Amino acid sequence: MSNSEKDYMMDRLAAEARMGRISRRSFMHYSMAAGLTASAATGLWTSSAKAAPQKGGTLRVAQHDGNTSDQHDPGQYQSNFEIGYGHTVRAYLTMINPDGSLGPDVAKEWSATPDAAEWTFVINENATFHDGNKVTGADVVASLNHHRGDNTTSAAKSLLTDVEEIKDNGDNSVTITLSGGNADLPWLMTDYHLAILPANEDGSINWQSGIGCGPYKMVELEFGVGGRFVRHEDWHGEGAWFDEVQVLVINDPNARQTALVTGDVDTASLLDNKTLALLSRNPQVEIDNVASAQAITMPMHCDVAPFDNVDVRNALKLAINREELIEKITFGAATVGNDFHHSPAMPYFPEGIEQREYDPEQAKSLLKKAGMEGLTVNFSTADSITTGAVDAAVLYAEHAKEAGITINVVREPNDGYWSDVWLEKPWCMVTWGARPTPDVMYSLAYKEGADWNESHWVNDEFNKLLQQGKAELDQEKRKQIYHDMALLARNDGGTVIPYFPNFIYGRRSNVKHTGALAPSWQMDGYRYASRWWFES
Amino acid sequence: MGDILSLVAKRLGLGLFILFVISVIIFFMVEALPGDIAQAVLGQGATPENLAALRKEMGLDQPAIVRYFEWLVGALTFDFGTSVVTGNSVAAIIGDRFTKTLFLAAYAAVIAVPVAIILGIIVALLRNTIFDRVANVVTLSFISSPEFFLGYILILYFAVQWGMFPAISSVREGMGFFELLERTFLPALTLVLVVVAHMMRMTRAAIINLLASPYIEMAKLKGVPPWKVIVRHALPNAWAPIINVIALNLAYLITGVVLVEVVFVYPGIGQALVDAVSKRDFPIVQAVCLIFAATFILLNLAADVGSILTNPRLRHPK
Repeated sequence: MSNSEKDYMMDRLAAEARMGRISRRSFMHYSMAAGLTASAATGLWTSSAKAAPQKGGTLRVAQHDGNTSDQHDPGQYQSNFEIGYGHTVRAYLTMINPDGSLGPDVAKEWSATPDAAEWTFVINENATFHDGNKVTGADVVASLNHHRGDNTTSAAKSLLTDVEEIKDNGDNSVTITLSGGNADLPWLMTDYHLAILPANEDGSINWQSGIGCGPYKMVELEFGVGGRFVRHEDWHGEGAWFDEVQVLVINDPNARQTALVTGDVDTASLLDNKTLALLSRNPQVEIDNVASAQAITMPMHCDVAPFDNVDVRNALKLAINREELIEKITFGAATVGNDFHHSPAMPYFPEGIEQREYDPEQAKSLLKKAGMEGLTVNFSTADSITTGAVDAAVLYAEHAKEAGITINVVREPNDGYWSDVWLEKPWCMVTWGARPTPDVMYSLAYKEGADWNESHWVNDEFNKLLQQGKAELDQEKRKQIYHDMALLARNDGGTVIPYFPNFIYGRRSNVKHTGALAPSWQMDGYRYASRWWFES
Repeated sequence: MGDILSLVAKRLGLGLFILFVISVIIFFMVEALPGDIAQAVLGQGATPENLAALRKEMGLDQPAIVRYFEWLVGALTFDFGTSVVTGNSVAAIIGDRFTKTLFLAAYAAVIAVPVAIILGIIVALLRNTIFDRVANVVTLSFISSPEFFLGYILILYFAVQWGMFPAISSVREGMGFFELLERTFLPALTLVLVVVAHMMRMTRAAIINLLASPYIEMAKLKGVPPWKVIVRHALPNAWAPIINVIALNLAYLITGVVLVEVVFVYPGIGQALVDAVSKRDFPIVQAVCLIFAATFILLNLAADVGSILTNPRLRHPK
């Protein structure tokens, strides 16, 4: 058999398997006859036969981080329950695909002027709200304007500061004009705050009713307790296989896991890393362990001694054993960091930058050069930052001893950490949620003058490159720019980035997905309701 | 009877005064918590303009003392204001949840009170035997373990290993009564285990205390069987301390279920309180604390009245 014949044969076989027309035994028989090894055939059977989505069933979800104080206003979304709810009941202009790329949602296509300062989004003509009304340009304009202006309380305001005008073109398209070029604007439209909702007469939006244009309609909802959602038959997207989705708020990690083990729920978000080894022995439970763009950062204020010396900063970066931290604190469920805030789960990831290793000897010599041998520094942390945050800091202090550095771990109260410690203390531990692109991340926390420039780092070349990259539509050039920026942040920046924690969640083994899971949020970028299905 | 009424009125007045003092304490304690409500609502991602806009919207730019009196006046008419986080009425948010908590407490009480009293009588009868010691050790070890630990143990055996009861007590509208009882059995059992020891030991102590009295001796000498001695002669005089400890435990059942509700995912008032504290939602925290305080005061009042009714001597204080 020639290769093309073989491919044709395998495609046929896979199609037959997907339709359920042939048994596993004959599939294996034929594919081995076609020249495949047994293990390759098994893999193909799993990905083709089981990957046939089908309609039906009620998915029961155990969701962490839901509160009585959750609400419908998308500008104030903050909890994981709200984000999951946003992606189940509401829809956004664009979405992050399971492979991490950008895909269409309410907008079916978009284009920009060559300077990337004017973007036009064309609305999918099938997009329909739950009350039967079509989504119009006016709805999109009102939905985005909800997050702009002086009186908005929206947490997404900072995302849209560059927006000068949002115009309804009247032909089912909307044009957004920016004060400067931004090649990432379509990525920003995936932000969980920017839900598309029905407009009122006066240009505000109707967020109070819970109506959206997402894959599921709300039947009942009590914040802090849970909700019930049924399929929106007129949804414009693909999928939405479940007849009904029931979300139950279970904030206690133990209760969530128990519910998954006993089968009281079909899937559970955020599992405890400590119990992964035990859970994975249960044949009824599948665990999804997905590399993400979340990050743990340790920013040093670059304008405060001793961190104003780049040798000290780099000595501290060399004095941490990242591998051991990942193994002991996250139980292996993390991607190693290299002191630039750009995870492999984000687009334009720079290849070929040497991984910084634990090297106390070199750290020592850098400190000697800086005249700071026997350095003593305070390092603030709190339990609530991440699982084992205080343990991680203590472990870091142990590693640093080898380099003659004394790190005093200061355990701060969880309450008020973000107002009293973060951005205030010269060196502390921070957790960051996943951001869609490197530009968003660098503009938020590494640009000169940014509100959240947590390390007070100022590097002119970096800022220049950031500005260049923002308006650059050429993908290859952009990749090079982010590569150079990453290098600058790694070698000169004030932030130690030990690792990017994975998303970890679980499901009963009869709940299926394609195997690719979006790196943007828990539970397939919180699009599980439209992307997953039950095996019969 | 007139004496009792004036006594009850006096106690009620005192209770209201205590409630007022508690309301002052609650308000200013919550005020003194570190952090800031606008920050808590908007989270890490808040900008200074966001925070200022939200504070203004919530009325947080007013001085604390002004907000306290506005709230107190509302609370007197059972208007606890609106949640500063969501803008919904506090009464609506906690009303339904308080009913659910009351249900769970009642469920536990219906089992716990008879079991505790009967067990208390039995161990009083069989005092200093093996049975007495075993019952004491077992109930004491339950009362000494934190509720969430007991809850996890019950889940491990009854839900995970034996699959007899659901591990989570998610209840919804329109659920049948027996399904409701089944779903909430484990949290109720946890509460029962926690409160039985206290009531049982008080019953035992009160009865043993009375068994040394001359009139009991007399009854025994007359040849009255032991169980009759206890039920007819001892128990009626032992009610006062028993009623007190029952009232105390009932109050505990209502106010102390926070951890149990979290472990079993039961949508009661405890969960609402935990949420509200973490979000600095003052009106909800204050309302729930006031309800808890009022529960304690009312049940204590009931206990006092109950003991007086069962003991004629207390009706005529010297």
